[in-house]
Amino acid sequence: MEKLTELTALELGAAIKKGEVSIEEATRAALEAVEQREGELNCFITRTGEQALERARALQAGVKETSSPLYGVPMAIKDNICTKGVKTSCASKILGDFKPPYEATAAERMERAGCVSLGKLNMDEFAMGSTTETSFYGPTHNPWDTGRVPGGSSGGAAAAVAGRECWYALGSDTGGSIRQPASYCGVTGIKPTYGTVSRYGLIAYASSLDQIGPLARSAADCAAVLDALMGKDPRDGTSLDVPAGGLLASLTGDVRGMKIGLPADCFGEGLDPEVRRAMLEAADVLKSRGAQLVEFDFPVMEYMVPTYYIIAAAEASSNLSRFDGVKYGWRAEGYEDLTDLYCKTRTQGFGAEVKRRILLGTFVLSSGYYDAYYKKALQAKGLIKAAFDDAFGRCDLMLTPVAPTTAPKLGESLSDPLQMYLSDIDTVSVNLAGLPGLSMPCGFDKGGMPIGAQLIGPALGEAAVLNAAHAFQMDTDWHKRSPYEKEVF
Amino acid sequence: MSITTEMVDYISDLSRLRLPQEEKERMTGELQGILAYMDVLNTLDTSGVEPMSHVFPVKNVLREDEVVPSGDRSELLKNAPASDGEAFLVPKAVE
Repeated sequence: MEKLTELTALELGAAIKKGEVSIEEATRAALEAVEQREGELNCFITRTGEQALERARALQAGVKETSSPLYGVPMAIKDNICTKGVKTSCASKILGDFKPPYEATAAERMERAGCVSLGKLNMDEFAMGSTTETSFYGPTHNPWDTGRVPGGSSGGAAAAVAGRECWYALGSDTGGSIRQPASYCGVTGIKPTYGTVSRYGLIAYASSLDQIGPLARSAADCAAVLDALMGKDPRDGTSLDVPAGGLLASLTGDVRGMKIGLPADCFGEGLDPEVRRAMLEAADVLKSRGAQLVEFDFPVMEYMVPTYYIIAAAEASSNLSRFDGVKYGWRAEGYEDLTDLYCKTRTQGFGAEVKRRILLGTFVLSSGYYDAYYKKALQAKGLIKAAFDDAFGRCDLMLTPVAPTTAPKLGESLSDPLQMYLSDIDTVSVNLAGLPGLSMPCGFDKGGMPIGAQLIGPALGEAAVLNAAHAFQMDTDWHKRSPYEKEVF
Repeated sequence: MSITTEMVDYISDLSRLRLPQEEKERMTGELQGILAYMDVLNTLDTSGVEPMSHVFPVKNVLREDEVVPSGDRSELLKNAPASDGEAFLVPKAVE
């Protein structure tokens, strides 16, 4: 058999079912990779290797034909998703050693599908950042070049999957936090339609935009994870009561007659020529399988980043007011009274990027500026949603870059926050409109860094998005490339 | 729109943050740059457009009125920086 850690999650799941490999063997192979690579990658904040082995042994007896296709497959979870009794830090000092007294619905559902969790993954503090450099626990490094960032905010998740430390991971995406790191690390990731995966137990950054989703080795792997994750949850009032499941079974790779839209405004100024070339080649692959390419203008792109950052910061300033050093987490020392306790804890407990967004959000919500910024952004959001509705009148899916460039070097991005925000231009729109968006590997630049293409679908269009990505992956092997098995290709 | 350090003081106070002088000056400049960029929204005609908070209008989400156990107090207090086993402890707030 191929080296265990190079299999996709579904291949491993199938091997476990056939009895070709035990869950404990798979878990040990992952733990060995973690042991070997964590020194240079730093994907994990908390490792739960012992519990994973115990769980692997306990699960073995339950292997049966009808169990989930991911039964027994080791994975890991972004550290903003609550796991009962296991430290959940959001990569922030302010949460200290917080051990949630309850389990997030998403984690609970993966557990029901028979996952083995290896631990909690590094991220930008409170999911605010595009590089995983704002983590209190130090940056994660990109497995393709450890001098480069893995992207963010689910950088630990993307690097762990690319670094062969686990077969899939749960991440979260508020403005691109699954898709952009997936692109930078050469893995496949999807942010599903807002409301299709419960946010119960996801520590909130911007509640109207946050969504949990998978990062994995293929579109089929992502479909299998979503089949386990999606569905109405009474504990999340915004979760949608729509039919869920069946995505994996629906993958045919047949895209004949499908209209793929290429919005001209996503291919303009600022896009790296190598990224553009890879996008057009990806479009050609889909065309060769019978899809039809259509081009059109999408003249709202310049409003995406300001609209997103106003709304996200406003919600963040409100959501993060709960961190005050009283009920859980870390508390500063040497305070004089209650207000002083709050101020000292928050000033010392939050990092610079989090403070910047809290202040920005407080400003846009403050009296005198609310109408000019926050209300204006909500109106812009309405127009952006309408522009997408219009686009999906012309095509079935949109194909765009995930990011204008490949992964930057460590230390290059943080000095200029505005510049970092601008690099989110291709992903934030999808959150504003609540749509499903997928990132799939579609090539490498001259420096050997992965390039990702984004497929955007209409609301609840996960099946079409995954099927197009699956079709692409039937004809290409970019998603199978490994930073450790380069000679194979 | 021009951001002054006084304004940063005001929103810091609302946010329960107290930035050291050096950080405050840097933050003022950064916020200034970010907000100046956001002014591009002023070129977008939004007259007559309803503000949209959620893309899928979900209204009046109700559940059955059933009694279910709430979190266990001692479990919840385990995460508190200071507690007396029954309550969270904070400095005296009322005279």
